Amino acid sequence: MGKQDKPLKTANSVHKQGFMKEVSANKLLLLMLLPSVLYVIIFSYIPMGGVLLAFKNYNFAKGFFGSPWCGLSNFKFLIISDKLWPLTRNTLLYNFAFIVVGMIMEVGFAIFINEITCRWFKKAFQSFMFLPYFISWVVVVAVEEAVFGYEYGIINQLLVSLGMKKINIYVNSAPWPFLLVLFRVWKTTGYGSIVYMAAIAGINQEMYEAAEIDGSNIWQRIFRITIPNLVPTMFIMFLLAVGNIFRGDFGMFFQLIGNNSVLLEVGDILDLFIYRAMVSSSNIGMASAAGFYQSVLCFITIMTTNWLVKKYNPEYSLY
Amino acid sequence: MNARIKLKKTPDHVVFDIVSYGLTFIFGMMCLIPFYLIFISSFASDSALLRNGYRLIPKEFSLNSYQWVFKSPQRIFLAYRNTIFVTVTGTALSVLLSTMTGYVLARKDFPWRNGFSLFYFFTTLFNGGLVPWYILCTQYLGFKNKFISMILPMAFPVWNMIIAKNYMKGIPYEIIESAKVDGANDILIFFRLILPVATPLIATLGLFSALTYWNDWYNCMLFVTDKNKQNLQYFLQEMLGSIEALKQLIAKGESSVLDNVTLPQAGIKMAMTCVVVGPIIFLYPMIQKYFIKGLTIGAVKG
Repeated sequence: MGKQDKPLKTANSVHKQGFMKEVSANKLLLLMLLPSVLYVIIFSYIPMGGVLLAFKNYNFAKGFFGSPWCGLSNFKFLIISDKLWPLTRNTLLYNFAFIVVGMIMEVGFAIFINEITCRWFKKAFQSFMFLPYFISWVVVVAVEEAVFGYEYGIINQLLVSLGMKKINIYVNSAPWPFLLVLFRVWKTTGYGSIVYMAAIAGINQEMYEAAEIDGSNIWQRIFRITIPNLVPTMFIMFLLAVGNIFRGDFGMFFQLIGNNSVLLEVGDILDLFIYRAMVSSSNIGMASAAGFYQSVLCFITIMTTNWLVKKYNPEYSLY
Repeated sequence: MNARIKLKKTPDHVVFDIVSYGLTFIFGMMCLIPFYLIFISSFASDSALLRNGYRLIPKEFSLNSYQWVFKSPQRIFLAYRNTIFVTVTGTALSVLLSTMTGYVLARKDFPWRNGFSLFYFFTTLFNGGLVPWYILCTQYLGFKNKFISMILPMAFPVWNMIIAKNYMKGIPYEIIESAKVDGANDILIFFRLILPVATPLIATLGLFSALTYWNDWYNCMLFVTDKNKQNLQYFLQEMLGSIEALKQLIAKGESSVLDNVTLPQAGIKMAMTCVVVGPIIFLYPMIQKYFIKGLTIGAVKG
């Protein structure tokens, strides 16, 4: 504060005056910040303090302040329930699969679309791939119905017409790890590839020309020039995603897996568990304990990955 | 690479073209066909759906499903009205909050810009999670059954604010300085000078927020039980969900439930989906390029 008027800092009272002067000089700017400051305090900082709920025996009638402390008993219940490890593992593995498969698809299609010379084909198919990004997960459920539905779904109709047995994906958990990755990649590839297409556009064209004169084939140019030039972008996107690896996509899992007990065997993640425990309200202590656990895990991974990014290339770090 | 003139395609290029066109075609079709399937199926007749399920090539054209959807249209129209109201007010509020905050934080002469930036940014690093937030909203802010409970939770995405801040940093400071010399105050400068030159930013942020609001069912599910205040996405979710529940009953072998079903649900679900996504798909060709631009606007470091 008050970096410009350093000599004033010597005397405390004068410094204070300088501070008040600066406040009044910037009062309109501060006024413009006020709504968002209040917003962030109410919707972000107060709930941060609310993580203390994890150490309370919450009672709706008594409220946050009236509810008694209960030490670590919420965590004890959580650990006894034996759910913590499978939930953490599922959240982690699904997110990891989404990141890896998603990145391969995004980079791959960014390269393909970039190399396609037929203008209308390029434009049309890029638009098609971008389309699923625009719909909600609720609508994805309708897509799921139309494609995989048991009675009317097009795949089952096809199986019947080929004389094979129908597949009911709603009562069989086995295909779901694959289906979840499929739906995820289906929805986000078109959107995600745009970042890589922008990166490809920034690659120096002379390298390709030189390589072509030297007699390289297109595969060599892609694997030796394009992909190495995309590595920094890929690395950053990877680390950004890894920072949130313990936060599952609630919308996606809630719509696709929901409360179906069979599918929950393979598709339960921390966010779903917390939601279920919370709405059943008898379990609010356990829900907040699990939430606390998740928040801390997320914070640690974000700080770690950002530290790594900074080490790798300070320009890409978040702060 | 596209601009290169090729006299003759080398064999490796032919192979590559087959792979790239082929895979792009397959994946592009995987993205498009479900939408086409839903659209076409919403116009199929009940009997055709019962016999053949959803088909790419429809057999009998019928508006029957839409007649069912609009049989008692009050709820749908209400849901539409609610979604539009929440989307419009929410988008306006969200764009105003993020551009206004971004503007102040981008002002070089604002002495506490780094401190405030950290104050906002920290919320993306740590958050209290669902439970404290939900209890705050329902027990202390009175969010039950209010429109505000579908507007406020998404009104200030910090990431949008960072995009706005980066964009505003690119606006020459001289504009602000000369306006100040002329005696304009900071608020006036923002509304009269900055916002008019930030239209690409406003378009991008507005579209991103509008899409978020239009597609929201989560806040509606958490806070709104009053049927007159529920939005379109939630309405669709309920419709798809109750049939899902039915399907589970069938799977458990309680086939007697089936006898009571008279609704042509297969078609209604598809028609209802078309009603919900219709506006987005209709606007899609026009707004797509703004999304692509927006992604590159935000690509600058925070």
